[in-house]
Amino acid sequence: MQKRLLFDSPLLKVTISRLCQQLIEVHEDFSQSVIIGLQPRGIHLAERVRDELQSLIEDEIHLGYLDTTFHRDDFRRRDEPITPSQTKIPFLIENKNVILIDDVLFTGRTVRSALDAMSTFGRPAKVELLVLIDRLYSRDIPVEANYVGRKVNTIQSQKVLVELDEKQKEDHIWLITKEE
Amino acid sequence: MVNHERRMSQLKTKHLLGIKNLDREDIELIFQTAANFKEVINRPIKKVPSLRDVTVANIFFENSTRTKLSFELAEKRLSADVINFSASGSSVKKGETLLDTVNNILAMKVDMVVMRHSSPGAPHFLAKHIDANIVNAGDGTHEHPTQALLDTFSIQQKCGQVEGKKVVIIGDILHSRVALSNIFALQTLGAEVMVCGPATLLPKHIGELGVKVETDIRKALEWCDVANILRIQLERQQMKYFPSLREYSKYFGVNKQLLDSLKKEITIMHPGPINRGVEITSDVADSDHSIILQQVENGVAVRMAVLYLLAGVA
Repeated sequence: MQKRLLFDSPLLKVTISRLCQQLIEVHEDFSQSVIIGLQPRGIHLAERVRDELQSLIEDEIHLGYLDTTFHRDDFRRRDEPITPSQTKIPFLIENKNVILIDDVLFTGRTVRSALDAMSTFGRPAKVELLVLIDRLYSRDIPVEANYVGRKVNTIQSQKVLVELDEKQKEDHIWLITKEE
Repeated sequence: MVNHERRMSQLKTKHLLGIKNLDREDIELIFQTAANFKEVINRPIKKVPSLRDVTVANIFFENSTRTKLSFELAEKRLSADVINFSASGSSVKKGETLLDTVNNILAMKVDMVVMRHSSPGAPHFLAKHIDANIVNAGDGTHEHPTQALLDTFSIQQKCGQVEGKKVVIIGDILHSRVALSNIFALQTLGAEVMVCGPATLLPKHIGELGVKVETDIRKALEWCDVANILRIQLERQQMKYFPSLREYSKYFGVNKQLLDSLKKEITIMHPGPINRGVEITSDVADSDHSIILQQVENGVAVRMAVLYLLAGVA
């Protein structure tokens, strides 16, 4: 098994800070914008993005968590169902600009199910997608991210392993290649 | 380090025939999933597409309002296709056997069967002979697993946990499938269980299930944290088990004076339908300590969880 380091803590910090600057360019004071992290792995990134934005913007940044399990299209087609996580969206998304956040964009199916799941809460004015890692050339459906931390060329059998440290000291994101 | 593994889990059984076939892990998985569905049914749009390609048949050989509505709503909230069948006005009256009736329904390509039947063991019999997932919605005086799951789930939601709680089941234990399933579920989750009722309505060897037995309602209420009060099922009683409803109400009815005299708070539950003024008075049923309507709400969430998890096993 080979491991290649894609992100460590300092690089991750710089990248999140750059993504936040890009967000502010588009969303200005965030009065009409909200952030939604996708369960289970997107929420830690979403929390960091919210914290970074909050340090730059006075008004409260709204952060919600969205679980897409019940909206997935692979239920009864995979071996075991995924255990759902909590959904918590304590604000209205009607007519807001929503920024969906996930760690890795791979086949695009999670994002599709997230768009479906989100529509049960209302009709946003605009939806954007922010991901830390975009795995190029591996999409099953036409979904692209608006904000990308890093684009990575991968093949199907490779895996991206995200290890985020709560103290933000020992973050590691690996690209793992299994030897045949 | 934050855990980033996607947890996968499923029930160890393909059918929900009774609580007896579930272990603690299964029940906790159902509770966890039910909590997620409870959030779903409180959204502006209460429907998720999980069971979009699944057809469910609700086959009720016995009357039911609440359970049938609750199951049907759960199925529709999961986007399943639903067909309903009730024994009255059907070929059952023309002499068709249970297996033939169900096989005919399955020939129309049905994936899951929710069945209520007056004979104990009817769903177990079906599970041996047909391919679909079977959910027992009550079989005679035997088990009513989803009711027990929603009762224990309601206790968990109200009290934080089921483990260590003292629960008394009051009333007609002899004819009650709710009582038996509740005893199994509560014991599996680590609660202490007592049954209380007139001696004629307590099965002779019920103590062997590991429950306490009490015929004095005051002592029972003084002991418990939660009281689950059952309906007097006159339709199942072939003979007189007590002299009159008035006398039952006098000695085993739960009323406000009785609860007030205990000087402690007891959570009141009832699986419905309520005979107001018989086993429970209106002021108790409608009080703040009663979670009867929460039980109904939780019922939909629990049934969604059961259907969702069973569909995942197929």
